[in-house]
Amino acid sequence: MDTQVIGHRTPRVDGENKLTGRADYTTDWYVDNMLHGYPVPASISHGTLEALDIEPVLAMPGVVAVYHHGNFPKLYRSPSSQAHQDQVSEVRLPFEDERIHYDGQYVAMVVAERYEQARAAAHALQARYHQDSGARPGLLETREDGRPLESEGGLRGDPDSAYERAPVKIDHVYAIAPESHMQMEMHATLAQWRDDRLIVHESTQGVVYQHKAMARIFDMPEEKVEVISHYIGSGFGNKLFMWPHAVATAAAARELGRPVKTVLSRQQDMASGGNRPASRQRLRLAADEQGRLLSMRHDSTTETSFVHPYVDSVGTPTLNLYACDNAAISHHLLEVNHGTPCPMRAPGEVSGIYALECAMDELAIALDMDPLELRRRNYSYEDPTKGLPWSSKHLDTCYDSAARRFGWERRDPRVGSMREGDEILGWGMATSSWTAGRQPCMARVELRADGTVMAACGTQDIGTGTYTVVAQTVAELTGVPLDRVEVRLGESSLPAGPLSGGSMATATTLPAVAAAVRAAIDELKEVATDEDAPFTGADPDGLAFRDGALADEQGKRVAFDDLLSGQKLGSVSGDGQAAPGDEQNQYSFRSFGAHFVEVRWDPGISRLCVSRVVSSIDIGRAVNPVTARNQVEGAIVMGIGMGLFEKLDYDPRDARLINNNYSDYIVTSHADMPEIDVELLDNPDYAFNEFGARGVGEIGLTGIAPAIANAIYHATGKRIRDLPITIEKLMEP
Amino acid sequence: MRTFAYRTADDVTQAVTTHGADDQVAYVAGGTTLLDLVKLDVMRPTQLVDINRLPLGEVETLDDGRLRIGATVTNTELAHHPEVKARYPLLSQALLAGASTQLRNMATTAGNIMQRTRCPYYRDASAACNRREPGSGCDAMHGINRMHAVLGVSDQCIATHPSDMCIAMAAIGATLTLEGPDGKREIAFNDFHRLPGDQPEKEHELRPGELITYITLDTPIEGAGAYYLKLRDRASYEFALASAGALVSIQDGVIHEARLALGGVATKPWRSHEAEQALHNQPAAVSTFEMAAEAAMQDAVPHEHNAFKIPLARQAIVRALREACKDAENANEPR
Repeated sequence: MDTQVIGHRTPRVDGENKLTGRADYTTDWYVDNMLHGYPVPASISHGTLEALDIEPVLAMPGVVAVYHHGNFPKLYRSPSSQAHQDQVSEVRLPFEDERIHYDGQYVAMVVAERYEQARAAAHALQARYHQDSGARPGLLETREDGRPLESEGGLRGDPDSAYERAPVKIDHVYAIAPESHMQMEMHATLAQWRDDRLIVHESTQGVVYQHKAMARIFDMPEEKVEVISHYIGSGFGNKLFMWPHAVATAAAARELGRPVKTVLSRQQDMASGGNRPASRQRLRLAADEQGRLLSMRHDSTTETSFVHPYVDSVGTPTLNLYACDNAAISHHLLEVNHGTPCPMRAPGEVSGIYALECAMDELAIALDMDPLELRRRNYSYEDPTKGLPWSSKHLDTCYDSAARRFGWERRDPRVGSMREGDEILGWGMATSSWTAGRQPCMARVELRADGTVMAACGTQDIGTGTYTVVAQTVAELTGVPLDRVEVRLGESSLPAGPLSGGSMATATTLPAVAAAVRAAIDELKEVATDEDAPFTGADPDGLAFRDGALADEQGKRVAFDDLLSGQKLGSVSGDGQAAPGDEQNQYSFRSFGAHFVEVRWDPGISRLCVSRVVSSIDIGRAVNPVTARNQVEGAIVMGIGMGLFEKLDYDPRDARLINNNYSDYIVTSHADMPEIDVELLDNPDYAFNEFGARGVGEIGLTGIAPAIANAIYHATGKRIRDLPITIEKLMEP
Repeated sequence: MRTFAYRTADDVTQAVTTHGADDQVAYVAGGTTLLDLVKLDVMRPTQLVDINRLPLGEVETLDDGRLRIGATVTNTELAHHPEVKARYPLLSQALLAGASTQLRNMATTAGNIMQRTRCPYYRDASAACNRREPGSGCDAMHGINRMHAVLGVSDQCIATHPSDMCIAMAAIGATLTLEGPDGKREIAFNDFHRLPGDQPEKEHELRPGELITYITLDTPIEGAGAYYLKLRDRASYEFALASAGALVSIQDGVIHEARLALGGVATKPWRSHEAEQALHNQPAAVSTFEMAAEAAMQDAVPHEHNAFKIPLARQAIVRALREACKDAENANEPR
């Protein structure tokens, strides 16, 4: 498809709003008569709340109410069904009972006239607990394995006997510490009841999901609930599904008859607003002497909380990343006394690919083979799980291009052999991958008499650039310039759109917007061929819409705004919808890429840094190469954090979260950022959708941590299988 | 809401009078530690006395060659001050290794000396902490103590002193001028911070109501090379796991005078006289540096998660000494 706007570098259409402060984030909303909520977190992780000393707090300045188990209104749990789009992050309602399951679980919420008053009262509220012994501190602090989950298993061939017979094999256990999303903008809710309607501003990745979940929980007709999220300061997955603070805030607003806004503190956000769960993964790989995989076995355990069974599906990449006839995955789930985990960027797969890609490196070493060559020898030309061809796979090009730009052919495979002064260079690589998904979606487009076009969809822009790609789609199909396209997102009353998650928003939303554009143009043609209209009597199908105007075959051309004005119409609109179709039975859809990483290791002072990352990623068509590249570069930076720094520290004695702030939980700083060279291949995947786009939010994160771990081995000879790879691990003999 | 009174003062006498001897009152300058801890409910002052208007914002070279730094000189101003860069490069390096630009723009010299530990149990008002609440116990002792001290610890407290700037001052040597309700006095920098011992809540030698007004650096060692090396989990905006500040002067390949101070590993800014003795009159060679490193860490006491700090500190010492010697040799080369 020859395009004018799609696939071209396009500055964010919402950039000016963000730079000038016009962008209305949830926290920015102040409404008349508004109160402030402040949750009171439990300071134990396992036990029972015995008493709350409410009276002194109620007497504090500005305090209006304190909600807790004793006085919280009766609500209903959401069924939390993905199919019905009412999924929540934690099915347990706030203050449902007096059991404490994790440090930071809300035991009460103070509501006061001012934020500072609510916070001070929350700090002052004295709670008495009965602390139970035997808090389970975390998966990696125990040998327990939890319960098996049959639904997460997978098997083809006979991996066990193939493993036994194979000449070369490895068998190792990898572990990843729990991580925090550390999104910039904290979870926040503003709830207002107007008559019998509930209006919620929330920083969410899914207005539609929250809208439906709120309706279930408050037992209301869906049309009486509106959820609004115009701008989101990122989420990385922890804002996909609603958390208890939103329920508590909406309930308080109803009880008090006044709007209530709750903004979590960073400490609360980290303790009770989601995390990537710890995982422990055993990888068994076997190959013949030529490096062809004979058997793959990936047995995983992840943790979840005692109040919500979140499963991080870490094993799936092992079933489809490489060609291998014998493969099996299994999954166990262990409940621990931590806040509930939830999806975090590339959920499951980034953890599984870490273990798999480290194991592949270890297998290459066992084979005395170049790790890139091992991957080439096991290239999958079709999806081994579905037996379907990949719709568009160019991983070989990614390997070639990234290896060439990195200079991989100059790699001396001997450990510690590449020295520069005090430093030793380590070079490692890994494959990157993320599944390509699409959801059903609806959209509406209006052509307006003032010459603008409005596109609306009930999805949201979490900072990734959805406003811009929707505007690009409209501009592409109408020829109307971007500055005359208005995009409305982030309201559940708009035509239902997807979650901003799973790298699905672009591929899901754009075809629906395109359908709506076409429907609006069809409507315009109807108007244009009416009596007393410019194209009276013409066959609508004979009219073409180009560069913002309708034209007939004789060359007569009328701009749509002139046409509408002439017909005394303010606008015409079209509704569109799109959904995955029969292509799902013909192809398997997945994106692939490759990361090459250089680390510098100074053994004299045990200092390690990532100095260079070269990546080639194939995501089909990058609708906006600027924001797409931004996603991959940001993911690389995040991956360095996963590899080297990030770990939620729970005290092993009582499962309390210790590093609950931006200072003690270490994310990558600017000074840690390497030279980054990202290439996005441009191979539109038209089997997937008409724009050929597969999505880009997650893929860049997958493969970074293992490429770092593999480079570290090359530099140091130390195979560190537990993330993050901190200094003390590098110092172990 | 936990309210507090806020007063400003225009001169030292007024500040000291306003403060009085009340230990519920706190001086505030940049506020980078204090306001953080107030928000965490760890510090609960009833009154703040803002000293930013006091005429303590100057850096001056005294007649005897020492450098006098006013209490409210910011970390940024001090790090980039021409006299500091030229004569006390160790101090400039240490300041720039600390915190972030934004924090250094706010943080002051005296405030940096007064900054509190980053021990997470100290900062969690619901945890046991002898430093915050005498007699309540120490959750760090058997908890997550990866960041904690191995030198100068007691069975009451193992919290690390977090400052980088103070490490340079410990090596350089300095005198603090204090003014309080009982008048003015001076104290050596290295006597100011206290070891936790059995009174970890007493962090320093300030008497009630006393204010640090000046920090006067000793005259620099002639011809000394300087190097501050900070080893930490990430490259910026992160406290040290181990840091070493070294000043070395060399004559004919032999170490004439050496100063070594350590950060990230001790309960106070840690001057290592043991290491200095091991360096004195020894050849400027790696074997000497290694002996000094051994000497510096010989009394270190590890806990469950921080044993790696002992070898890490040794590495920091060896490298900092090597680089300081290189710096000294470069400085001594005829130009």
